[in-house]
Amino acid sequence: MLSYSSLQLTSPFNHHQTLLSSAPRRGITWNDSSASVLPCRPRASPSLISSLPPVARSLPENSPAATLVDEAEQGAALSLPSPLRRELLPSHVAIIMDGNSRWARARGLPSTLGHEAGYRALKKVVEHSHKWGIRGLTVFAFSTENWRRPKVEVDFLMMLFERVLKEDILELTKDGVRICLIGDSTELPKSLQNLSKEIIEATKNNTKLDLSVAISYSGRRDITQACKSIAEKVKHGLVEPEDITESLVAQELETNRILEFPYPDLLIRTSGELRLSNFLLWQSAYSELFFTDTYWPDFKEANYVEALASYQTRQRRFGQRI
Amino acid sequence: MEKHSQRPEPKNLNSVWRFLRRCLFSVLSFGPMPKHIAFIMDGNRRYAKKMQIKEGSGHNVGFTSLVSSLQYCYEMGVKYVTVYAFSIDNFKRKPEEVGSLMHLMKEKIDQLLEEESIVHKFGLKLNFWGSLDLLPEPIRSAAEKAMVHTANNTGPVLSICVAYTSTNEILRAINKSCARFEDKTGEGSDPANSILVTDLEENLDSASCSEPDIVIRTSGETRLSNFLLWQSTFSHLQSPNLFWPEFSLRHLIWSVLEYQKVYPYLEARRKLCQES
Repeated sequence: MLSYSSLQLTSPFNHHQTLLSSAPRRGITWNDSSASVLPCRPRASPSLISSLPPVARSLPENSPAATLVDEAEQGAALSLPSPLRRELLPSHVAIIMDGNSRWARARGLPSTLGHEAGYRALKKVVEHSHKWGIRGLTVFAFSTENWRRPKVEVDFLMMLFERVLKEDILELTKDGVRICLIGDSTELPKSLQNLSKEIIEATKNNTKLDLSVAISYSGRRDITQACKSIAEKVKHGLVEPEDITESLVAQELETNRILEFPYPDLLIRTSGELRLSNFLLWQSAYSELFFTDTYWPDFKEANYVEALASYQTRQRRFGQRI
Repeated sequence: MEKHSQRPEPKNLNSVWRFLRRCLFSVLSFGPMPKHIAFIMDGNRRYAKKMQIKEGSGHNVGFTSLVSSLQYCYEMGVKYVTVYAFSIDNFKRKPEEVGSLMHLMKEKIDQLLEEESIVHKFGLKLNFWGSLDLLPEPIRSAAEKAMVHTANNTGPVLSICVAYTSTNEILRAINKSCARFEDKTGEGSDPANSILVTDLEENLDSASCSEPDIVIRTSGETRLSNFLLWQSTFSHLQSPNLFWPEFSLRHLIWSVLEYQKVYPYLEARRKLCQES
């Protein structure tokens, strides 16, 4: 029982679990076969070898290349910071990168510099995810609500997205990162749309890390477009109304069409905001949530390790008893 | 301060306590008050284990805690309270546990309709959200009877989620939207232009309620577990590190204070995010 004194001294609440328990419990990843409510539809694997060979491919045993891959995996395991255990890492991490503007305001800087700093933080997180063997990373870069921000800021963000895609494409390709975009791309500037298509095509066969960038994305609209897609199929007699199930709806979601691990195991939100803000609503039904007061540009390796360590202590039950 | 026991208290003490609460809530109401609070009542079984009482008793104590919390919420002027009582996923638990929870649910629904209950005290309107057809017949009938019995009440609203998951709720909304689309438009129409976000919203179980301002999950777990995923988009999520039977007035007050701290920012974001 909590004592009254705990209310006087500190909040009786612990908004985010930042400490490891004395007996770390095994986390179950969402793609465990016992989780039958929301099955995952794997993305189609490439049938042809692309001109940009993916980093991880099936190789004959004892080949020099296979040895290199094994060594790479061992290296990834060894490079894990100490509280983290490779087998307990989430397969898919989603991040709401919040706080760029407030970070800049706190320093008397324009918000554009906050977004630049946010981008640098993102690069680091992608690097760590890639190094530690996390397979999927989805970041909330721009929501449908963000279109209502001042035009100057919106235009800057669109330019930043283009610049980032142009500058980093070679590095991402070399590292085996596959870029995916979710959200309503029709609202983006034409140049960004075209560039995105090029990047997606160029990295489509990479398999080391799926980096999904949500731009002009809304979880509610994602579900609505799934509904429209199903209504279209019903209209054309491809699906009977009585066959509309949760699995079918899930298959029509943007993430499920393109990602191997569409459901985030861990969802991180920075800047102290305690809400989901229309991001991956359906997909995060069972995600472990981690909230931190740190603004996104200040989100460093230590913060990421803290989030992952917190995830590792969670006991995921999916409504059952363990 | 808080009471979990069922012993009747002296009337004078009760009145004094009620008066003190009214003063406290008056002070609290100088700040913005939430209109809708949702609870994920997690930790009953772990509470029973901690207190070394019979496992099923944890749920009974949890119900007592629920009634107290409801009373405080409605005294504070909260118009809507939603509770996650039983998830569709919970059917996967051991049959004995599911059976005992069903039995408890029937018992408590009947209790809610008694003369002395909180429903009559506040003129509550009861909603049961979920796929009620998954429930055994006695519980389904009891739930339907409770909804009919309180349908004309004009007081605060208590929505109880049983045999519920948010994805199932959204699926049922999708089914209704698709069916309405077919009935309304016939041949030659385009779902892409006819089905909107608002169509799905109108077909959710929660269509008649405002969205939750606060979602509280006890037992320190920080996840929604398929609860109000659509509706809690802009809700303030709180995860106090105590089991549900331990949740009491001071925790509720703290919860409201936390909400009031962030309210200006939340409200500004909410206005910005009105989707067509």
